[in-house]
Amino acid sequence: MSTTAAPAPGASRQDLTLLEEHWGERPSLRSWFSTVDHKRIGRRYLVTAGLFFFLAGVSALTMRTQLARPESRLLSPQEYNQLFTMHGTAMIFLFATPMLFGFGNFLVPLMIGSRDMAFPKLNAFGYWVFLLAGLFMWVSLPFGAAPNAGWFAYVPLTERVNTPGLHLDVYSLGLLFLGIATTAASINFIVTALKLRAPGMSLNRVPLFVWAIVATAFMVIFALPALNLDNAMLFLDRRFGTHFFDPGAAGNVLLWQHLFWIFGHPDVYIIVMPALGIVSAVLPAFTRRGVVGYPLIVLAIVTIAIISFGVWVHHMFATGLPRLSYSFFSAASSIITIPSGIQIFAWLATMALGRLVLKVPLLYLIGFIVTFVLGGFTGAMFALTAFDQQVTDSYFVVAHFHYVLIGGAVFPMLAGIYYWLPKITGRMYHEGLGRWAFWLVFAGMHVTFFPMHLYGLFGMPRRVYTYRSEPGWDAWNLVSTIGSYLLAIGLLLVLIGVVHAIRRGRPAPPDPWGGDSLEWSTESPPKPYNFPVLPEVHSLHPTWDEPSRESMGAGATEDRILAEGRRTLFTSELDGRRERVVEMPEASLQPLVLALALLVFFTTMLFAWYPVAIAAVVVVAATIGVWLWPPRRPERELGVST
Amino acid sequence: MPVDTRRDVTTRSRSELWRRRLLPVVLLGGGLALAGCSGGAPSALNPAGSGAGRVANLWWLLFWISIAVFVEVMAVLAWALLFRRRRDARVRHGQPLRFVTIAGAGIPLVILVTVYAIGLRDLAALGDGPDPGAPTIEVTGHKWWWEVRVQGGAGATANELHIPVGEKVRVRLRTADVLHSFWVPQLMPKTDLIAGEVRETWLHADRAGSYRGQCAEYCGTQHAHMAFLVVAEPRQDFDAWVARLAAPAAAPQTDAQRRGQAAFVQGSCAGCHTIRGTGANGRIGPDLSDVGSRWSIGAGAVPNDGGHLGGWIANPQTVKPGNYMPPQPVDPGQLPDLIAYLRSLK
Repeated sequence: MSTTAAPAPGASRQDLTLLEEHWGERPSLRSWFSTVDHKRIGRRYLVTAGLFFFLAGVSALTMRTQLARPESRLLSPQEYNQLFTMHGTAMIFLFATPMLFGFGNFLVPLMIGSRDMAFPKLNAFGYWVFLLAGLFMWVSLPFGAAPNAGWFAYVPLTERVNTPGLHLDVYSLGLLFLGIATTAASINFIVTALKLRAPGMSLNRVPLFVWAIVATAFMVIFALPALNLDNAMLFLDRRFGTHFFDPGAAGNVLLWQHLFWIFGHPDVYIIVMPALGIVSAVLPAFTRRGVVGYPLIVLAIVTIAIISFGVWVHHMFATGLPRLSYSFFSAASSIITIPSGIQIFAWLATMALGRLVLKVPLLYLIGFIVTFVLGGFTGAMFALTAFDQQVTDSYFVVAHFHYVLIGGAVFPMLAGIYYWLPKITGRMYHEGLGRWAFWLVFAGMHVTFFPMHLYGLFGMPRRVYTYRSEPGWDAWNLVSTIGSYLLAIGLLLVLIGVVHAIRRGRPAPPDPWGGDSLEWSTESPPKPYNFPVLPEVHSLHPTWDEPSRESMGAGATEDRILAEGRRTLFTSELDGRRERVVEMPEASLQPLVLALALLVFFTTMLFAWYPVAIAAVVVVAATIGVWLWPPRRPERELGVST
Repeated sequence: MPVDTRRDVTTRSRSELWRRRLLPVVLLGGGLALAGCSGGAPSALNPAGSGAGRVANLWWLLFWISIAVFVEVMAVLAWALLFRRRRDARVRHGQPLRFVTIAGAGIPLVILVTVYAIGLRDLAALGDGPDPGAPTIEVTGHKWWWEVRVQGGAGATANELHIPVGEKVRVRLRTADVLHSFWVPQLMPKTDLIAGEVRETWLHADRAGSYRGQCAEYCGTQHAHMAFLVVAEPRQDFDAWVARLAAPAAAPQTDAQRRGQAAFVQGSCAGCHTIRGTGANGRIGPDLSDVGSRWSIGAGAVPNDGGHLGGWIANPQTVKPGNYMPPQPVDPGQLPDLIAYLRSLK
């Protein structure tokens, strides 16, 4: 498929044969289920998250159709409430983070010059859990048992007495199930980025995208336990009659909100941060220079990751907490816009000093800046308690977070899809089709969501399945609905563009853009072992600098080819100094078996078939045991040297 | 002369910039202002009291600051798009860290500190409630309607509360079930109703009128139909309303109304509803002692007239699906009497 000229002269034909033998996977049904290749797993993340995006998008279109006119009866309130809950829950949990983790999975090992993620089996396991947890939640919708209390599922509405049925059990168990995948992936990113970087890639040479993914992973590790705790308590309240959130028994309903938003606000940055990482990764190729202010951007990333844990109460400004605490969280929420401001102006400066190559990825970056900045303004407004109390839970807030999440996450993702499509599929996309799609997506986004600022200010609350005709509400709602169809057509064109590229696109060269990071020094698509010769990194832009490139060619040394076995290099955390060679695991069915056993566990918990659930726990424990059992192989075969 | 040419280009592009970017924004701002003032909608930009008025002023300040910063960002972007696309544009490899720090952190910091201080002042003002002696209205949220009582008064009404113009009135908020949020965009920002706790807010209107409020915290199936009306009226009208709430309901005047009352008290209605001064004292649904004078049926679901009332009694589930009132097995012969009686309760 790829048109690359001869591979790096550094690796001999014999080396390549050996590498192919150790890393290559024969296409078979078994290998489809057992693969641990980060590129295949990354692609699956992207496709599966795309599928969930499609489902959540269709939900949104259905809702917009209902809201096109006042007092419409297309949907019953029960249907509408399930749709808006699944839309939000799926967009946040099943699309945004998995999509970005998909980019991370595919790109992090390539960008840091490694042959795989640190824990390839854990990686495969994370994907299967994500897929199964997503299906677990979506399958409830056709049965009318989908979550129906909003993506933030406030108690006491979500207690059994107020919402009987399986709805919220699907929510709490589904998110607990999914949380396993997110946690596993985060641990994997952190260890991969700290230990598997190519020799010479000291921390100040780590690509900004990798910085963003690692900061995100740390945020997940600290934020997710709060959500898991919340959901565990909700499930116990609903199923086993505990009283964590029952004020009648000294429980507290605001406890849910605190824990939810201690997770929930960092989660906004968990979504936006890797997307901002994509912006920093795509920009150099289309401005022909490195991003301005690398240390400032790294500092901004780390600052956001920390401050984001101190702003959650701004989601609770109307709950009547003490005014003194509001003034603190208001200040913290104001300050957190500063690191974003630094990044925006660093990118603007990059564009102003570089030479712009106006291709589709750059169009999306420009769309990103325009949209994200507008979303940032309203975000800064929400930091002010008095203003927040007026517009929270109105359509103004719906406008705000769609500007932030579509502008700040979806636009960069689309830029990333067009940018890395040649690397992922080995094919080029159609530029004209891409431009049409961009303009439709951009226009559709603003036509849909800009009016929401207006009817939010005009007093329309969010999460209503219908509304009474009011001046300023009807016409603007219709405009939003029309915009949503435009947006949908644009996104459909993106999909057509991707399919067209895969089926008809012209073969991609290894480096169609003149990119600066290491993935562009591999073939398109990369070989299963990524690099015939692991690179030695001499700068922040290794593909642009001669010594780094040469290290994979003429300057190759045997200790970076490592063709005898599935091996890659461990380096030191800070300086990226070579430490030792490590053996990587083979393909395995254990990840799939473990994920399936967990699916059985969560499904039987849902339906209260506890004996089967106990059996599933035994299978889970046994699989983990087998997985962790040290391999029984002769020492010489381990091939691990120092 | 190349320098002059360049300047020419810059001025032209500047005027173009004005036409393309600034003008629409200014028009938009004007449009927004007009739209906000166009009567009818419960718009936060058309405030009628000191609470919402303060926030509306804050909004316009934030709006104009946002416009200014947006223009700044768009200007840099437009400049890059105008001048940095030429094939022969020379890439410069500088690191203008000072520019990034000043534009990205310094200027925003000054703006944020300023608006934070103003926002803090407004937050304090919103917390500056009525005097201890001011009237207090007790509001309890139910799925999906509002129970309204005057503190110290015996009776209740639903989905409508009255306040005297020009006075701050205390509103004490409780919920009977799930979380709700009390929001009258033209008078006062939101306060949530928290299960197991009591919250307080206040209302102040500086001109007489009816102001629509609505539940703003998602509360289940019929969250969309949980509206209420705040009627701001002269003090003597308010006092009369308070007195009416304490008094028994109007007695039936005609035969039809008397038959309707009998049907109400002896039928299933009385199991859930109260009409003061009759045997009906159910406490599950709203008190109907003044139902004939209310602005709507079903907390904003339909207008309050005979036809809608009949439809509601016969089958509330078609009007407001999922609400807690089951379809009533009312004899079709009795329905006109019931309607006549309920309409007379003013």
